[in-house]
Amino acid sequence: MVPRINSMNTVTKANTVTSKNTVTTEKEAFAGSPTIQTATPTEISQEQFALEILNLDSWYGDFQALHGVTIKIPRNQVTAFIGPSGCGKSTLLRWCNRMNDTIAIARASGTLRMGDTDLLSKSIDVVDLRRRVGIVFQKANPFPKSIFDNVAFGPRLHMKANRSELADLVEWSLRKAALWDEVKDRLNKPALGLSGGQQQRLCIARAIAVGPEVLLMDEPCSALDPASTLAIEDLMDELRTQYTIVIVTHNMQQASRCSDKTAFFFEGKVVEYGPTDRIFTNPENKQTEDYVSGRFG
Amino acid sequence: MPESSSQSNSDQRSTPELRGRAGRMLTEKWFSYLCVATATSSVAVLCWLLYSILSHGLPALSWTLLSNPPEPDPEQAGVRPAFFGTVWVCAMCGLMTLPIGIATAILLEEFPPKSKLGGWVYGLIQLNISNLAGVPSVVYGILGLTAFVSMFGLFERDQDSQSSGFELGVTYYNQFFSEGDRAILIPVENVDDKLSVVSEGMEAYTFARDADGATIVDYSKLVPTEINVITYDDPYPEDPAVLENTLFADAEAGRVSQKSWYYFQVPFGRGVLAGAMTLMLVILPVIIISSQEALRAVPSSLRAGALGLGATPWQVVRTVTLPAAIPGIMTGAILAMSRAIGETAPILIIAGIVYIRNAPQHLMDDFTVMPLQIYNWTSRPQEAFHDIAAGGIIILLAILLSFNAIAVLIRQKMQKPLS
Repeated sequence: MVPRINSMNTVTKANTVTSKNTVTTEKEAFAGSPTIQTATPTEISQEQFALEILNLDSWYGDFQALHGVTIKIPRNQVTAFIGPSGCGKSTLLRWCNRMNDTIAIARASGTLRMGDTDLLSKSIDVVDLRRRVGIVFQKANPFPKSIFDNVAFGPRLHMKANRSELADLVEWSLRKAALWDEVKDRLNKPALGLSGGQQQRLCIARAIAVGPEVLLMDEPCSALDPASTLAIEDLMDELRTQYTIVIVTHNMQQASRCSDKTAFFFEGKVVEYGPTDRIFTNPENKQTEDYVSGRFG
Repeated sequence: MPESSSQSNSDQRSTPELRGRAGRMLTEKWFSYLCVATATSSVAVLCWLLYSILSHGLPALSWTLLSNPPEPDPEQAGVRPAFFGTVWVCAMCGLMTLPIGIATAILLEEFPPKSKLGGWVYGLIQLNISNLAGVPSVVYGILGLTAFVSMFGLFERDQDSQSSGFELGVTYYNQFFSEGDRAILIPVENVDDKLSVVSEGMEAYTFARDADGATIVDYSKLVPTEINVITYDDPYPEDPAVLENTLFADAEAGRVSQKSWYYFQVPFGRGVLAGAMTLMLVILPVIIISSQEALRAVPSSLRAGALGLGATPWQVVRTVTLPAAIPGIMTGAILAMSRAIGETAPILIIAGIVYIRNAPQHLMDDFTVMPLQIYNWTSRPQEAFHDIAAGGIIILLAILLSFNAIAVLIRQKMQKPLS
């Protein structure tokens, strides 16, 4: 495990971060920010962050969905985005693998980096980016193909795998997604015959089959029953050792159960971002406290 | 709805009187009767039509009707040229229309415009397609005549040499009749040469003969021969075998041609290809609009899933969207092909009213189609022709149903639940 990052940063106002592109350490990132609080001012190297989001603004047409969002998502941990509907958490998630490209009126400015790659750059290869940053949607969306073909879909797009390599990869992905035992005898049956929870785990298997570094999950359990939700949470717990997971959720118990860090969004701004236990037990911001305790939202 | 004045006293819920249940049930009942009556009447008309056609046409159906060319005697008349004409034209039309129509629909639905100008162009295309769907088909006939048959007159056509702008797969011969009344064919070097000059030693052919010595008039089975050119000063040969190959030096020739199955010319002329392309114009809007609808019906979550896995837009279309939309596209194709098969007016303009004895041999060949033949027969006064016209309608319906069966088969094979 990568050591927990103890620094916390609470951005209450947009545009408090002045330096945009020259940030190398977290300390520098918040130079000039009046509300910065650093519990243990340790220098943290860039490699420990899977995604660095600095002062990101985003618009849908004239509507500004994100206001100066700054979040550094640590590697091999689960980061949860919480907040009321329409607060911009899904928008941020969809910028991380450029799914917003499908929306003609969506645009963004600021910095969104994965290592040295500028994810907002026009010249970036979005096809390769989406291989490195997988996404699982709210509603399970298996293709109307067989279970095997669903999992093999991504590898077939990106890899020159022969038949046995492909079969191995499909089995590995389904095992990782804790679905193998349930479907191993019916790999050639239609994926749409699976239950809702199984379909969502199939979508996770499909996403990890291409070997992503980051897995984005947009409310993956909101349409599932408690048993399937538990299965997916267990799965996230297991996957965190190999993948960086970012999960958007409306379920605060879920965020507190399975995430390492939590960001609370409100009206397009990050109100508070820090270790999950602190956000849920001892939040610094009144709004956060009201939200996590269920008084508003 | 409670009236807005209830705002003044927000605690009091206004309670309008409930609607009478009996009245609603009565409306419900009458509406269902109306639906049944409408549906039944259209089916009844169809049944009556089918009965009328079958009662007239079934006795006329025979192998003769299917295999003979049209003859003045209704007993001997058949629809073979029209049958093959319809099959050729509609098959060509389907083969050309489906790829173009589906590709257009994919462009409009799956590749959104990237710029303002692009959006403007897309809007223009969409507007054109919607408008073309409502144009009377005879107008398409005139368009096809200009655009495909004569290609706006861009290629000068020399009637004397029978040549056109560009040709492939054709051999022209100057055909002479020898003094022994035998056809001598001399290949034409340059189709624009009007003068035919014969001299000894030229490459020459004649028709082959079968075992009984009868001539086989088949341009694909020519045999080489030696010609013997004489002038009026020369002695006239006596030997019939020599006479057969003897030509006077100033003999006059007629121009004949032997066209292979892949014969191609530009402009297309009044051939199968021009007819099929004109029908393509007629049904393209139908195919495009129904394909667009089918693509729109594919859940966007499937596209997002494929894009999220790193598929390129084309890979999304090929692996996810198009397979899911094929059943809907095929339904549109069935409707469009049914229209193409029955279409008469544009074909009448392209093919003209000509007497065709043979099935089309190549894409540029003259042709006729079943609806034209049926129309021709029904307009004659003799009752016997009306009966074979009814028989022709049955054959036309059979062609239509077999084309549709192919589309239905594809649709059944591809049909899967989408979510």
